[in-house]
Amino acid sequence: MSPILTLIAQRIALGVLLLFAVSVLIFAGTQILPGDVAQSILGQSATPEALANLRKELGLNDPAIVRYFSWLGGVLTGDLGTALTTRQPIASTLMPRLWNTLFLAFWAAIVSVPLAVMLGLLAVRYRNGPIDKAISGFALASTSLPEFFIGYLLIFFVAVKMQWFPSISTVYGGMPLADKLNAIVLPATVLVLVVLAHMMRMTRAAILNVMQSAYIETAELKGLSSFDIIRKHAFPNAIAPIVNVIMLNLAFLIVGVVVVEVIFVYPGMGQYLVDHVSKRDVPVVQAVGLIFAAVYIGLNIIADIAAILANPRLRHPK
Amino acid sequence: MSNELEFLSRHVAMGRLSRRDFLGRAAALGITAPFANMLLSSAALAQTPVRGGILKAGLQGGEATNSLDPATFLSQVPFNFAKCWGEYLVALAPGGLENRLAEEFGASDDAKVWTFKIRQDVEFHNGKTVTAEDVVATLERHSNEESKSGALGIMRGIESMKADGRDVVITLKEPNADLPYLMADYHLIIQPNGGKDAPDAGISAGSYKVAVNEPGVRYVGERFANYWQPDKEGFADQVEIIVVNDPTARTSALQGGQVHMINRVEPKIVDLIKRVPGIEIKTVSGPGHYVFIMHCNTGPFDNADLRMALKLAMDREEMVDKILRGYGSVGNDFPINSSYPLFADDIEQRTYDPDKAAFHYKKSGHDGPVLLRTSEVAFPGAVDAAQLYQQTCAKAGITIEVKREPGDGYWSEVWNKQPFSTSYWGGRPTQDQMYSTAYLSSADWNDTRFFNEKFDKLLIEARAELDQDKRKNLYREMGIIVRDEGGLILPMFNQYIDAINDKVGGYGAGVNHELMDGYALARCWVKA
Repeated sequence: MSPILTLIAQRIALGVLLLFAVSVLIFAGTQILPGDVAQSILGQSATPEALANLRKELGLNDPAIVRYFSWLGGVLTGDLGTALTTRQPIASTLMPRLWNTLFLAFWAAIVSVPLAVMLGLLAVRYRNGPIDKAISGFALASTSLPEFFIGYLLIFFVAVKMQWFPSISTVYGGMPLADKLNAIVLPATVLVLVVLAHMMRMTRAAILNVMQSAYIETAELKGLSSFDIIRKHAFPNAIAPIVNVIMLNLAFLIVGVVVVEVIFVYPGMGQYLVDHVSKRDVPVVQAVGLIFAAVYIGLNIIADIAAILANPRLRHPK
Repeated sequence: MSNELEFLSRHVAMGRLSRRDFLGRAAALGITAPFANMLLSSAALAQTPVRGGILKAGLQGGEATNSLDPATFLSQVPFNFAKCWGEYLVALAPGGLENRLAEEFGASDDAKVWTFKIRQDVEFHNGKTVTAEDVVATLERHSNEESKSGALGIMRGIESMKADGRDVVITLKEPNADLPYLMADYHLIIQPNGGKDAPDAGISAGSYKVAVNEPGVRYVGERFANYWQPDKEGFADQVEIIVVNDPTARTSALQGGQVHMINRVEPKIVDLIKRVPGIEIKTVSGPGHYVFIMHCNTGPFDNADLRMALKLAMDREEMVDKILRGYGSVGNDFPINSSYPLFADDIEQRTYDPDKAAFHYKKSGHDGPVLLRTSEVAFPGAVDAAQLYQQTCAKAGITIEVKREPGDGYWSEVWNKQPFSTSYWGGRPTQDQMYSTAYLSSADWNDTRFFNEKFDKLLIEARAELDQDKRKNLYREMGIIVRDEGGLILPMFNQYIDAINDKVGGYGAGVNHELMDGYALARCWVKA
């Protein structure tokens, strides 16, 4: 097992290195935004004195390099810093938002991943038949529609006309789980529809690819039922690309849902990030950027490792 | 019940129409007296406040970056929530001021020393009694240059203040007949010890106590049991504000019944919303206006003829029609309208006149396109307005080049920096404040770079003038100076457009600002 452990350690080390590189990029990016924090906080009604006071207080007069390293030092010791705009510690305001985002992503994933894989398997089983065409057609159509459009459609029919579910998905601490689930039905549905096709099509393609192999023919000749062939022989060998695309979509569910959050007024990370970008609250933008990058890199490492573990040739190198 | 009768009976209930007049009008509509009387009592019943329930508003203008420190308030959500938990010395009311924590106030003959008598036995949410010392401490905190308070500008005129028993005595550097209006500024929430110990604690003496404070998400206020005027405000057990920045989400939340009231209905969808049963549109005319601003000291706009040509080339009626969809009124190139006290309504209205504009343009000797910078954030529809303006200018032979700037950074990079741009003003409670904020030579936000000695002199003179007729004349003269010599093109005053559903009782007339000047949640109730 030791080569595997080395491989995993290597992947993680690479991921950390990548995170450092990302932190530099994020910092540089926030520096070249037009306007400055003080002006954005005080808005149109800023007086020169108030601006000067605020700049001094926020330490904006220090050189960028100094600010970068003091920030990095804080992050490494678990301190994300203080929001410039509210003077609250970032960690305490960001964590509930992060949990909300993870909560929505979790339920969207719980529904979409098994559904996508199942639909993919079904499509392969009945490939080129009407069922395959219908599944692919529906999934592709739902992906082709922009998410805000699906969102507004659902709001109009399900929330306003039929009044089954609320159009506003505000959730908060202390809300009973059932209420929370009721509140996120619509945004979760939109997210499921958006990510479904990608995963489904990838599952279908990956398995079909394997289905061309000689050992599948052997299995057929053995007299196995076609679903058993897919389940026992094709799917395990197609798992690496499927895991990859699932991880990509999970990452999307966490870092790419700003539009859905805005439409359904869901208090997640996306809206939080947008608010702070427009106020030039650099420490918060950096913290959120770093968390997003960590999620992305982390999920990709998992996908890599899963691919390795799923492949006997990589698991037992000669 | 016919709409007209319902309308009339509501007016009786609100005290705008006498019973006798109502019966007369009802008779004219062919209704018998007993039936009319019955209608009246049901209207009066409908106007009796109902206690209990949760009143909810879905509002635009809240960010995750908001704080409960009143000094930092800027957007609509903190403004509206402030009126629930915060208590003020005075508040704006139709036709003047309403006394709140100030039981009465008065000035010395020269309007330099003002005394506010503080109401007795009013309690803060933390159980302390409101004292004159708390009021002085509050004003001191907002006057401090370090406080970064949005009210700093209006506190600058104060020389000294002290608490004297129940009285707060304020001595001004210059006389100012408008001081009480300035005290109605929404930043000036009276806090225990002025909030010097904990500026964002959210403790004052308003009708609701802060129960939930989740910036950018939602706010909840719980009724304050010891509120000092329980018969006027604080009917619902709880008030809740949900931050809904997306306009479509806001309207659908109102239609789906998740909230009782929303602000900022977009003019382009008002007519559609009106047709939805159970939903009512409420508009408020205020001092807010949309502007095109030229720097009077920067070429080519330092040329008075070019400025005049650009003013004459503005089709104001069309702007109100197409950009505001009729929800507003035309401007006259000075920043005052009838919502201000002492407004002179006899200043000649400037109209669209391409021939005259062409004449002034030729006289100015300017050649080539004029660059106008705009952005969606300048005001709703600003880019469309700039393009409309481009068309009307073209008819006068003036070429306008419209440059669309990114909304991000517009207020720091373009507005008040570039010589010709679009912008908005929320307006101020008094003429003096509006002019002192943006048109006095030494103003902090002199965004038209307007330096006019005569105007400055008149402004100072008007401040000290307690004779209202003379003041009105002075303001009239100032309005004309800005209109004819300034760098301001003011096509329109906008209205605030709100919407409520039929569960909301007690919705009254608003002054100056959206949702009954922010008091809708505190003063309305949920109908049983």
